[in-house]
Amino acid sequence: MSSDLTTVPKGVAGPSNFLDERIGGANFLKRNLRKVFPDHWSFLLGEIALYAFILLLLTGTFLTLWFKPGMGEIAYNGSYAPLRGVMMSEAYASSLEISFDVRGGLLVRQMHHWAALLFVSGMMVHMLRVFFTGAYRKPRELNWLIGVLLLTLALVEGLTGYSLPDDLLSGAGLRITEGVAISLPLVGTYITFFLFGGEYPGEDIISRFYSLHILLIPGLILALVSAHLVLMWVQKHTQMPGKGRTNKNVVGAPFYPAFMAKAGAYTLFTFAVVAGLATFTQINPIWLFGPYTPADISAGSQPDWYMGFLEGSLRLMPSWEINLFGTSHAGTLPLSVIIPALVPLGLVMTGLALYPFLERWITGDHREHHIAERPRNNPHRTSIGMAAITFYGVLWLLGANDELSANFQISLNWTTYIGRVLVFVGPALAYIITYRVCLGLQRSDAAVVSHGVESGVIKRLPHGEFIEIHTPPADDIEAHVRGKEAVQMLPVEADGAGIPPKGMRGPLGKLRARMSRAYGGEKIALDEGHGHEDEHAAIGSGEDRSLTH
Amino acid sequence: MTRITAWRRHPLARYAVLILALALVGMVYTAFVQAGRPADAALASGKLDDVAAGKSLFEVHCASCHGMNAQGTSTGPTLIGVGAAAVDFQMSTGRMPASNPGAQVPRKPMAGWVTPDKIRQIGAFVQSLGGGPQVPGKEQVDPALGDAGKGGELFRANCIQCHNWAGAGGALTQGKYAPNLNQATPTQIYEAMATGPQAMPVFNDTTITPEEKRSMIAYITQVREQKDPGGFGLGRIGPVTEGLVGWVVGITALVLASIWITAKKRQKS
Repeated sequence: MSSDLTTVPKGVAGPSNFLDERIGGANFLKRNLRKVFPDHWSFLLGEIALYAFILLLLTGTFLTLWFKPGMGEIAYNGSYAPLRGVMMSEAYASSLEISFDVRGGLLVRQMHHWAALLFVSGMMVHMLRVFFTGAYRKPRELNWLIGVLLLTLALVEGLTGYSLPDDLLSGAGLRITEGVAISLPLVGTYITFFLFGGEYPGEDIISRFYSLHILLIPGLILALVSAHLVLMWVQKHTQMPGKGRTNKNVVGAPFYPAFMAKAGAYTLFTFAVVAGLATFTQINPIWLFGPYTPADISAGSQPDWYMGFLEGSLRLMPSWEINLFGTSHAGTLPLSVIIPALVPLGLVMTGLALYPFLERWITGDHREHHIAERPRNNPHRTSIGMAAITFYGVLWLLGANDELSANFQISLNWTTYIGRVLVFVGPALAYIITYRVCLGLQRSDAAVVSHGVESGVIKRLPHGEFIEIHTPPADDIEAHVRGKEAVQMLPVEADGAGIPPKGMRGPLGKLRARMSRAYGGEKIALDEGHGHEDEHAAIGSGEDRSLTH
Repeated sequence: MTRITAWRRHPLARYAVLILALALVGMVYTAFVQAGRPADAALASGKLDDVAAGKSLFEVHCASCHGMNAQGTSTGPTLIGVGAAAVDFQMSTGRMPASNPGAQVPRKPMAGWVTPDKIRQIGAFVQSLGGGPQVPGKEQVDPALGDAGKGGELFRANCIQCHNWAGAGGALTQGKYAPNLNQATPTQIYEAMATGPQAMPVFNDTTITPEEKRSMIAYITQVREQKDPGGFGLGRIGPVTEGLVGWVVGITALVLASIWITAKKRQKS
């Protein structure tokens, strides 16, 4: 009966033929099912966001079945006793109903919220992986831009989402949103009245945010995610340097069956983590916050984590404002709101969007790159990334300065003063430290390649000297290390007469040349003229020398 | 004209009736007021030994900072007019006697010598100096008699900007803080509102009536006794701990999963 294994069952052959004869499915499937995906754990990080998004669509649909996006005032009469008889909006009352009176409602609400947190964190760790390995380089710049856009949309989606239950905490976020909108010069008042349909908070904002949150923004995200995936599919995945891996191939496992099984397993892992968190850990307990009224505000009012850096910049900012013509009647420019609301966000998002293009301008690197770069091998990029992470991290941390102060007995004022210094000093320190660490790691790579790996075997020579035997590194490790490529540099050297090349003569050109010289070029060469030496002095300066070459 | 009628019409009769009526009203009034004010009752009923005992305790344990006559010194405020409620709050929460001066005196276990009786005696002494808020009676702070819904609204309007929506506490300026309310007894919550200890403002009976205070106590105690319906409550301080758990638990678990999934390479056949 072994021939049965090679013949295609009728149930499969029939539909397959049907599809193939009409839409040419066989070729399409043959091509795509065998598509090769490289294997590295960090390549799965983006999928956290993808699967969290799927979960968000599913749980979100469930929530819309009961949620009422209205701001009409009603007296609560549900099963949560401490709020009974309290006047609240329909939105808040229906959120309480979902939490306490709908079967499974609280679990699904919590899954939705946890999935939202993981959605944005997944995007962020994915973005960091792409940044630090240079995977955004040509030809993938457009996909990088789509990613930046997705991150921005995710922040807006989050903001509109956590405002919907109309609880006291989300109202505080809404109030800050209003404050930012109204602080914009000239147009602020108009934008605020347009957004809220009149005076804050008005009676429109929840239903407006609702249609943005469940229709417009998820639609955009879905479209952009599809574009993101199609581009990734067409352009193929980058791979880490290694044995047999070149710029022209992809080494890994085929989509079907290997990668599909792994992706399927990872989907289930993501669902499991979200469901596990939602089962055991309470999130956004709106019943504790109470209904929103503009008169109330609570200690410990914080946004969800992805807005924390904006909260922190607002808290760190000194209370500067400019009264035009010296009087507030002529108009006030509230720098204490405009700067923290727009500058860090603008720096981070614009910096992300422009980075591939700035890097190309500085290095003049117009080649296609399909081999990912190890972070150490582009030390300036890695340092810039770490500086940005520190900047973001300080603001993020200081967004919780009241909790830090209350729980660790530090004066609130001091957390602010320290934060104000740290937000400038921290990134500079991070830059310097990261740069040195990268060079150190490059040196250690060079040592491994040119001197081999310490074997742990100590040999005593006839004249009494002790030496340690070094063995050459394993093939795959050596290939991985030798995948290093110098960062490209513009031709900046002046000619014999001391005249710089064309395009490097004006002030901007000179700056470009200087930046290129600093950013590009080989900092630590892998082999510098030594062959393999098998033996090294076990003690004394012999070992140290290998690190400084 | 009988004798009784003659008395009734006596010119002094109206004054006698007036005096009797006043005496009656006064007695009834005193009886009611005494029920609600135990310290005054102690004073009025001649239990002056409480005051005397309180004075000697005060001189030993409190006078070094608050002065021999409770007039206050550079290290401690005057206690004239703060009332027995302030003494009961500060001492029963262990804040007084303070161990060291700082931005704020923390709640701590009561000192070994402090007993409810001694607190009452010192309270009676401080009360005798210049009056002030009294220790509330049992009924005044009984959560069962309050309206939690109404109390919650008052709590949100007056308390949470420092104490947080769930009474978890929060930071104030220069090292001061609003403490967590979970350990405070109903009596202590009432006394804190009536006396405004440390950085806290006073919410006297005209700002928030005793009934409203009782409703707030009902809300605070109901919410803190509630089992978190959504699982582990993460300290009830909101998005900060949620974000921390999202990253430390969620992302870490998923990164470990991704490492595990990709660690198994296809075997070459």
